[in-house]
Amino acid sequence: METIVFYVFSAFMILSALMVVTVHNPVRAAFFLVLTFFSSAAVWLLLEAEFLAVILIIVYVGAVMVLFLFVVMMLDINLAELKKGFVRNLPFAIIVALAMFTMIFMVVGSEQFGIDKFAIPERHASDYSNVSALGQVLYTDYVYSFEIAAVILLVGIVAAISLTLRRRPNTRHQKIEEQVALKSADRLRVVKVDAQARKYSLAKKTTGSEGEK
Amino acid sequence: MVDLILSIYEIPVINILLKIIVILVPLLLTVAYFTYAERKVIGYMQVRIGPNRVGPRGWLQPIADAMKLMFKEIIFPSGANKVLFTIAPTLAISTALAAWAVVPFGAEMVLADINVALLYILAMTSIGVYGVILAGWSSNSKYAIMSTLRTAAQVVSYEIAMGFALVGVVMAARSLNIGDIVGGQSGSGIWGWYMWPLLPLFVIYFISGVAETNRAPFDVAEGESEIVAGFHVEYSGILFAIFFLAEYANMILISIMAALLFMGGWLSPFDGIEFLGLGSSFLATSSIVWLLSKTAIFMFLFLWFRATFPRYRYDQIMRLGWKVFIPVTIVWIYVVGIMYYGELSPWFVKG
Repeated sequence: METIVFYVFSAFMILSALMVVTVHNPVRAAFFLVLTFFSSAAVWLLLEAEFLAVILIIVYVGAVMVLFLFVVMMLDINLAELKKGFVRNLPFAIIVALAMFTMIFMVVGSEQFGIDKFAIPERHASDYSNVSALGQVLYTDYVYSFEIAAVILLVGIVAAISLTLRRRPNTRHQKIEEQVALKSADRLRVVKVDAQARKYSLAKKTTGSEGEK
Repeated sequence: MVDLILSIYEIPVINILLKIIVILVPLLLTVAYFTYAERKVIGYMQVRIGPNRVGPRGWLQPIADAMKLMFKEIIFPSGANKVLFTIAPTLAISTALAAWAVVPFGAEMVLADINVALLYILAMTSIGVYGVILAGWSSNSKYAIMSTLRTAAQVVSYEIAMGFALVGVVMAARSLNIGDIVGGQSGSGIWGWYMWPLLPLFVIYFISGVAETNRAPFDVAEGESEIVAGFHVEYSGILFAIFFLAEYANMILISIMAALLFMGGWLSPFDGIEFLGLGSSFLATSSIVWLLSKTAIFMFLFLWFRATFPRYRYDQIMRLGWKVFIPVTIVWIYVVGIMYYGELSPWFVKG
């Protein structure tokens, strides 16, 4: 049963990853990337890493890819132009892919990570909590690397904000704090007006009667 | 015969399927009558009667609506991507319903009792936004794509505030399991609920929930006066009905989560405290009735908001999410930390 689930989701993952690079339309490529993330989350679930799997979906599928699509949908892309480049760059791409694959295989291939090197990890009981196991390691053994990563992310945030925080001198902005602080009395003035007699018709009547005299 | 039925019930697949049916059928009925309640409640708030033609007092109105939408033609706009156009509502409804798998209805009444239930619900609601994105993009319509961009930005922004609000709950309960979170609120009746120490987070959670389901006053995704009907402007018939169903299922999900996380779920407000001699009566026992009535309060709030508030301007929505809610939640997480170390009774007493 587990093996079937593993192969189904792995097949989905590899196929959709292939589609990401071969599909011409960038929006579709982004959707296939979403499917890739989703299937890899399913594979992580099989590794009893339910926390990481759900976080992968929340962060990458729910946030990063939404922003990605946001940008890609706004782009004005010439599809014919993209198709030309694909065939021309294909041989080079294959060479790069093969080189990458051999490098990855040399590091994490069956030579280093085969069953003869490492015993098959034992199944955890159903009360095993991946969340607390992860938290235990992250906040004790690896607390410095965790904090360094946090600081690097903070620097990234500051850099991204400072890049976008430029204002042209002549643009107009809404000052929301002023809008929120506004009371109705600042914009609306209630004026008392005394009731007035209808001057025009009265005047006409009097002149008429004067003419008769 | 009884033995045979029991033995069939014991088969895991059939057992789980039956449980799914027991959750989904009442849920879908609630969705149907929630639309009726919405029209009636808003009707009375606007000094109208609301639907009263189909059946006695209009009770068959949702059935009639469903029948009508089912038999209507599905129109595919020219230039639309047919596959994605049909996948979009499927994605919206499947994530909206899948989230209900981990929602507990009682101490033992839960379909999937998993450790990361809270995160699972967040993940499912965040995948739900793809239904909207796919619908907007595959419709090949300017209004739909405008609405998609609005929704995507809004949902991603409010998800952060919502996530931070849930961090406070997780800190108080020391667990991501919803059953444990409800259990952490037991013992001292209404005062043991997390809504008291986490009051700002509670308010922010519910308002973010309203924003995340694209309901009024945050419904710029389907702002009728600007972009017709938003992302589902090109949808008709059953495909439109499915979007509608998903939206209402999500509203009920936000309501039941607010009841579970902040208002003690199925716990009775008189449980463990002496109040007017109710200490031992049926009112003091915890049951699903309490959970459902608490959920109904939040569902009513959704309708009340819609009848009361004018629609937010888009930049104000973004300001509220990023500049008001997120700072407030971050500050309150520190306050929760202080309360945690002070072992503030009765919420933070370590068991």
